[in-house]
Amino acid sequence: MKRIEIRPGFYRDSVSLMQVSQRAGVGVDGALVAMATPLNRELAEQMGFTLPTTSANDLIIAIDAPNEESLTRAFAVVEEVLEEQLRKSREQASDSGVAAARTLGRTHGASVALISVPGEFAFIDAVDALENNMNVMIFSDNVTVEDEILLKEMAKNRDLLVMGPDCGTAIIGGVGLGFANVVSPGKVGIIAASGTGAQHLTTLLDHAGVGVSHCIGLGGRDLSSAVAGRSAKQALDLLAADVHTELIVFVSKPAAPEVAHALQEIANRMEKRVIFGLLGSTGSDITQTAEKVLDALGVTTRPWKEEVETASVVSGSLRGLFAGGTLCDEAMIIASKRTQSPIYSNIPLQEEWLLDPFEAAASHTFIDFGDDAMTVGRAHPMIDSKLRIERLAKEIADPTCGVILLDVVLGHGATATPGEELAATISTSTKPIYISLIGTTLDPQNFDRQKALLTKAGASVFMSNAYATHAALDALGVLR
Amino acid sequence: MNTLLNQSFSAATAGVSLLNDALRLQGIPAQAVDWTPPLGGKDLHDVMADSRRSAANELALAKMLSSGALLVDVKPASEALNLGRGEFLHAGPPIEWARASGPMRGALIAAMLFEKMAGSAHEAEQILEKNGVALEPCHHRGAVGPMAGVVTPSMWMFELLDPSTGNKSWCSLNEGLGKVLRYGAYSPEVIERLDWMRDVLGPLLQLGVRAREEHIDVRAIISQMIQMGDEGHNRNRAGTLMFLRDLLPFMIEGGSSTDVARAARFVGGNDHFFLNLVMPACKLQTRAAENIPGSSIVTVMARNGTDFGIQTSGTGDEWFIGPAQTPHGLYLGNYTAEDANPDIGDSAITETAGIGGFSMAAAPAIVRFIGGSVPDALATTRRMYEICEGENPTFGIPVLEFRGAPTGIDVTRVLRTGILPQINTGMAGKIAGTGQVGAGLVTPPMEAFTAAIAGLARRVI
Repeated sequence: MKRIEIRPGFYRDSVSLMQVSQRAGVGVDGALVAMATPLNRELAEQMGFTLPTTSANDLIIAIDAPNEESLTRAFAVVEEVLEEQLRKSREQASDSGVAAARTLGRTHGASVALISVPGEFAFIDAVDALENNMNVMIFSDNVTVEDEILLKEMAKNRDLLVMGPDCGTAIIGGVGLGFANVVSPGKVGIIAASGTGAQHLTTLLDHAGVGVSHCIGLGGRDLSSAVAGRSAKQALDLLAADVHTELIVFVSKPAAPEVAHALQEIANRMEKRVIFGLLGSTGSDITQTAEKVLDALGVTTRPWKEEVETASVVSGSLRGLFAGGTLCDEAMIIASKRTQSPIYSNIPLQEEWLLDPFEAAASHTFIDFGDDAMTVGRAHPMIDSKLRIERLAKEIADPTCGVILLDVVLGHGATATPGEELAATISTSTKPIYISLIGTTLDPQNFDRQKALLTKAGASVFMSNAYATHAALDALGVLR
Repeated sequence: MNTLLNQSFSAATAGVSLLNDALRLQGIPAQAVDWTPPLGGKDLHDVMADSRRSAANELALAKMLSSGALLVDVKPASEALNLGRGEFLHAGPPIEWARASGPMRGALIAAMLFEKMAGSAHEAEQILEKNGVALEPCHHRGAVGPMAGVVTPSMWMFELLDPSTGNKSWCSLNEGLGKVLRYGAYSPEVIERLDWMRDVLGPLLQLGVRAREEHIDVRAIISQMIQMGDEGHNRNRAGTLMFLRDLLPFMIEGGSSTDVARAARFVGGNDHFFLNLVMPACKLQTRAAENIPGSSIVTVMARNGTDFGIQTSGTGDEWFIGPAQTPHGLYLGNYTAEDANPDIGDSAITETAGIGGFSMAAAPAIVRFIGGSVPDALATTRRMYEICEGENPTFGIPVLEFRGAPTGIDVTRVLRTGILPQINTGMAGKIAGTGQVGAGLVTPPMEAFTAAIAGLARRVI
């Protein structure tokens, strides 16, 4: 039996509501607690509910349960969890004795505003933060490039920095913002136009015993022709002047050539050494970039080289299911080079390899579950692994799939139990599964514990994404 | 140079609570904004992107804060506003008889009788129905009128001057509570009182005001009354008595003792007498901030009993309209919510200037009268800071450590937070001739603000 309730004007963020849905979903056939966005309305309709007219500020509570008793219980759980969240936010607000500010401009003394509101609104909050003298990190995606340029110009005029939009990771003076790993303090300053790229580089350095001074995020588009490295240039200036930073590293997906060139020019004039780790057919992968950094610092240890895998060769094609966009890119570049075949994807290396991520795979297929188009109305796959796990089960059952490649990203912001969530599905697989585990032993999820969980479920686990990709290709018998 | 990398780190977050939790787990102070999706769509986006807005709003606030309000004269509207026979002013945005509510119609009938343009209510209605009188909003002449706000040529007006701009503003004399013109009553007692105000009270006040060497500083009295339990809209008791204190000796020196005694009794017995000086003082404050290109600060909030209209600094004298809401509160005698007319009057100029409902925390003595509690009053004032550009140190609220009144309503902040300005108000009976039925709280319709943001967006260069 189905029951739906609409609460007009009741707003909660999507991640909080996902937690409500999860807890209410235990023991019923389906539970959707979500804001009435067009996407969520569609989801409710797919579950068989008929919806009244709503606005995007209304909350939908839709439960499908086998009987009246479980239905009532599920609604009670929804109530309880919503109440619990409210209590928690009130407790946090009462730290200062008054109600929480309603806009960033009314907060006091923050050095950084971290914005993760739905992308269509992020510009408004970012303007407010800049006008009130805060540096800004925009975690939200789906912000237009025109707005990005406007914000970065505004920031520059005020001597402030905009990290993002679509900036997943930053570490400022040891504080992780967004998705960030717990790494030791050190002298390497990182400038990253890629969140998971930054996470991967910082964790590899950490495995090798090298620490980080700061990691400044730029957002994935900063090095495009349109945005022209506006934030990158400011970041270079900041790290050049920073006393803790001795060596600067850029990590990014392929940059527009003229932007890369302009940054190189600036770097050439700087006293500090700048290493460019730009992915691409002619660039280096993140592991190679980490190795360049270690070379420059005279560090010889390479712990990822010790994780070697010899597997028997299987037939079929490679399926990569990624949470991290840059990790997906990096794996595709390696796979494309080695297989000399098309690599189909929702973020393809070549336009003609574009594939609808909700369709069945075609030959070698990679899906980036963190892509903008896949996170509209949904939390990032590092927080909500549901979609990826469903796809994993499909690939396990697909006879054309030979080997599966996954990334698992640990650290602040990511789900507390990534290994636990994946292990059950992984253990049903008769196909080899390769995983790049991006994390450190100090991360809340603990690298060692997660590695043990995933290994026990039957996966082969690597600290280097490049090494994991190579191992997966080896298992398909692709020549090096 | 940006000190991001070498200052102690603290954050404010808007959006996903998980990212705030992650900062707190690291022991980092992270203020979580209580965020809701904004209204106003692309118009709000475009106004936020307007590079003029921030400085324009700062300027608007600065001009409001540096404005003044001196009582310079008292004289009939025919002289003060050049109002001719057959011309009436009214509260709120423009309205014609056909759409006018009960109390507005009642007040217009009273005005016809007072000006002897009709011999009976019936005759007055017939003339008004044929649009035989020219109606115009008080605001169009820089004036303000409480409730129906009807002003006729023979009514006496306070004339206030802002020395910082040279602007003047005007308001009629307050008639007291109960059966009065501004609440839509037109019985003989109403007209008799208006006659006495025209013939005796007006000239006496003029005599007193003109006899003083120094002008009465209305803004200074407002500053003091805020510290004495008045909020300047629904409670004006301290302000009224201070005004009487400043004027009475000069009236005594020039007037007949019988007239002065009656006038003093009338003013002292009407706690709202000073409202009609607070209102033009507030009008001078918001008027100082008019016509600043790019500014999204509200300069007028006014109601005619049918529509609620606002004006903003960046959009000149264009009205942005929505339906007037019915206040919630307490009712006099046997009246109930059924008897109340939708919101009416220019008195929301007090909230536009940061007092009234915005400074509820200053007036714990009246929060029950309008159906609230003291904690509600504190919460209301704190909430109003969220939608204002700044604070007015001249109007310090004692219980908030003399924090200045929340001042300069910003249309963008209203739409971003969904918080509507809080207005304290009197309630008029919806049937013409009834008079006051209660007092309570009301907010403007959100439509006025979405219309205003569209108006501002149209003017973005």
